[in-house]
Amino acid sequence: MKNIYEKSVPGRRGVDPGTAKKETEKKLADRYRRISDNGLPELSELDVIRHYIRLSQLNFSVDTHFYPLGSCTMKYNPKVNEALSSLPGFAGTHPFMAYLDVDAVQGSLELIYSLSELLAEITGMKGVTTQPYAGAHGELTGILLMAAYHGTKGNRKKYVIVPDEAHGTNPASAAMGGFSVISIPVDRDGGMDVNIFREKMSDEVAGVMLTLPNTLGLFPRNISEIVKIAKKHDALLYNDGANLNAILGKARPGDIGFDIVHMNLHKTFATPHGGGGPGAGVVAVSEKLVDFLPVPIVTKTKGGAYTLDFKVKRSIGRVASFFGNFAVLVRAYAYIMMLGREGLTDASEKAVLNANYIRVKLKKYYDAPFDRNCMHECVFSARRQVQKYGVHAIDIAKALIERGIHPPTIYFPLVVDEALMIEPTETESKETLDEFIRAMVEIAETAEKNPGMLKNAPENTPVSRPDETKAARELKLTCNR
Amino acid sequence: MALFTPHTENEIREMLDAIGVGSMEELFSDIPGVLRPKSFDLPAGTTENETARIFGELERRNRLDYVSFLGGGYYDHFIPAAVDTITSRSEFVTAYTPYQPEASQGTLRAIFEYQTMIAGITSLEFANASLYDGGTGLYEAIAMAVRTNGRKKIIVDAGVNPLFRSIVKTYITNLDLEIREVELQDISTDTESIGGLLDDGVAAVVVQNPNFFGMVDDYEELFSLARTRGVVSIAVFYPISLGIIKTPGEMKADIAVGEGQSLGLPLSFGGPYLGIMAVEKKFVRKMPGRIVGETVDKNGKRAFVLTLQAREQHIRREKATSNICSNQALCALRAVVYLSLMGKNGFRNTALINLERAEYLKEKIGNIRGVEIIAGQTFNEFTVRLPMSAVDFAHKMLGHGYAAGIPASLFYQDKPNHLILSATEKRTEQEMDGFVAVARKVLP
Repeated sequence: MKNIYEKSVPGRRGVDPGTAKKETEKKLADRYRRISDNGLPELSELDVIRHYIRLSQLNFSVDTHFYPLGSCTMKYNPKVNEALSSLPGFAGTHPFMAYLDVDAVQGSLELIYSLSELLAEITGMKGVTTQPYAGAHGELTGILLMAAYHGTKGNRKKYVIVPDEAHGTNPASAAMGGFSVISIPVDRDGGMDVNIFREKMSDEVAGVMLTLPNTLGLFPRNISEIVKIAKKHDALLYNDGANLNAILGKARPGDIGFDIVHMNLHKTFATPHGGGGPGAGVVAVSEKLVDFLPVPIVTKTKGGAYTLDFKVKRSIGRVASFFGNFAVLVRAYAYIMMLGREGLTDASEKAVLNANYIRVKLKKYYDAPFDRNCMHECVFSARRQVQKYGVHAIDIAKALIERGIHPPTIYFPLVVDEALMIEPTETESKETLDEFIRAMVEIAETAEKNPGMLKNAPENTPVSRPDETKAARELKLTCNR
Repeated sequence: MALFTPHTENEIREMLDAIGVGSMEELFSDIPGVLRPKSFDLPAGTTENETARIFGELERRNRLDYVSFLGGGYYDHFIPAAVDTITSRSEFVTAYTPYQPEASQGTLRAIFEYQTMIAGITSLEFANASLYDGGTGLYEAIAMAVRTNGRKKIIVDAGVNPLFRSIVKTYITNLDLEIREVELQDISTDTESIGGLLDDGVAAVVVQNPNFFGMVDDYEELFSLARTRGVVSIAVFYPISLGIIKTPGEMKADIAVGEGQSLGLPLSFGGPYLGIMAVEKKFVRKMPGRIVGETVDKNGKRAFVLTLQAREQHIRREKATSNICSNQALCALRAVVYLSLMGKNGFRNTALINLERAEYLKEKIGNIRGVEIIAGQTFNEFTVRLPMSAVDFAHKMLGHGYAAGIPASLFYQDKPNHLILSATEKRTEQEMDGFVAVARKVLP
């Protein structure tokens, strides 16, 4: 298939924005003028439509395929949310209107305020910032909150503790915020090894970042002990909320003792993933961190109007230009409103039910590193297939693609050899799960009988396995060079 | 209550039986009683119909009955309908990061074309797949400069968007870096002072074109000076202006970073927006974020993949070039579709029309006695000094149905009467005439 430049025809016009008066050019002095070609293609509107609609058809997506990508919560995204986020009053409002006159943007401010209240209740926290644009951005915000908190108290802190099953963003965010990372292994039960943790813990530790349930899909049974040890050293507890979809109405980070939690609205609260964003990484904090939240904060006056507070006592400052990915907040608010208390609890229950159903149905065929009930996702290892038949996790993933199923997350968490991390989500029906289970069983059997067949998969996709080494070695990053 | 779980009672029973537990609650037995929610006090769910009604009411509490001259880095541009048609395709909207290339060629190809078009409009070599927004993008550019030359001081022109500067300050609070902001001469860059500060302790110099006040400049000399001192030059740009204005590449910037909202994204009260980054060749392996590369599949067919992943957090963890994971892929898609639809000609014409409209407004408002147009080259945004407080003026104008512009004093306290106005291709002469007529009455 041609790229868009190969379809370009010199002189062809697309959308006509109008024409400026002739003398306009003279209003721009020569020395400020662009001389080089702008490097854009020339196509008709239909050319462009056909090109990109065709491209869309080369994708797997939730709306077209089962997509059990672990740690990503690829649940169904209700369509009404799309419509609501593009209402002209929301989509058309310039953010600087909030600086000119808050009365002109009461709807948007109320939405941010109400969503923040709901998210605080869902997580058991006291304060919320909607600024972070994504999970990792929320993590960095959390790290900066930690730094500010300890700075104010005069604590000398250098380290952040992260278990080795954590998402790569956790250590990356801690480092980006100026801390060194101490990595702790998991124990046999699948939680962070509490003995090693206790050993590495000191007054120089600023915080401990934990995913709950963790990336093995397990609720750590030793969580209370970890919290207790951390608090003894005035280390703040950070909850990577990527897996919040497992515990809605069942546990709240605030009640457990966490000080900071980020929520991926594009995971738990059903806003679409967009092929890699935009998401939203809203952060909620406990009482002691409220004074450090980014400015401005949306507050409610005694008269019931909404306004902006720029004078948060010890605010870390801005982490985003305005209020975060507002149109994503609109979708999440609609979702929470529709589901309500019972619906959210139901979502977590069904997510956990679906994951456990897959877990028990597949454990005969694939190694389960931890044989206990999981939460919203289950992790298998392709260790057996590798050792006996030379079939790797990646081969299993590609065989699933051949069967029209998006693969689970593979090779993560790093602590599980040849990991297959399956998160079905609550919106999938039993038939879909059964079909997936059949495919996985069939792949396990093929691995045994005819492993070579899996090595060639997929064959019936727009492309077969690409040569990734060539891509990195002979960098070609644009259509023309 | 709207529910999106398909399970029937029978199916739930069958599944629990298969798992070997007696109840749903048993699946949560790892969470002990003491850790159960102290409260979960949320309203009952609503139907889709009720939700839409409630949102309609909320939306109407935002005013929409005004003509806007607001810019400040975020502009009310025309968005062709075809942008929404393409970018609302489920296959783009409900996919995720293209880790599995065989199932994601659509997203990968679109990003690859986006990278090409961003390189084209900035006239630099390479672009990444997107960052969150202009401000966080600026921090990433600075971090990249620091990684490159190991220096600790960053010189930033005060004409750079104050929101961007404020984000950068937040980001570096716990890092061993120093930001030195250089004051403007009235509203233009003090290039001489900046040049004088570029020594071998400086990691990067940051300027914005057009600057926050709308002033257009040529930074080529400054950037060549920076190069001789081993300082990385970072040009903050406004994509639409590049239709006619000298580009970061033409000025020999090392890194260009900008807010991409103007490329087909609605204003949406502050987001989602798009952080655009383009770089000179030598920086490509130090770039943050996703990068798509072309290769071949095992049959020799052209294929696209995420490449240089060894820079990224999921591989390198604390040693990654950035923590960024999810970015603004769908916004980048909007940008590439917008640029394709506009094409070579439309992109340039859009920029010319913007210049035309702003010049028209400038002339008209400059005719009002007591209003001083601050001289200098501008694009679609310019600054006036009013004979009254800009905040008061803007407030009064809003009462008459005009969002008059951004009072500079929101961010520059020494400029109480400066107002920054922009006019895009969406503003008509009639609207601008109406605005000027009312301004005449409001001004003393």
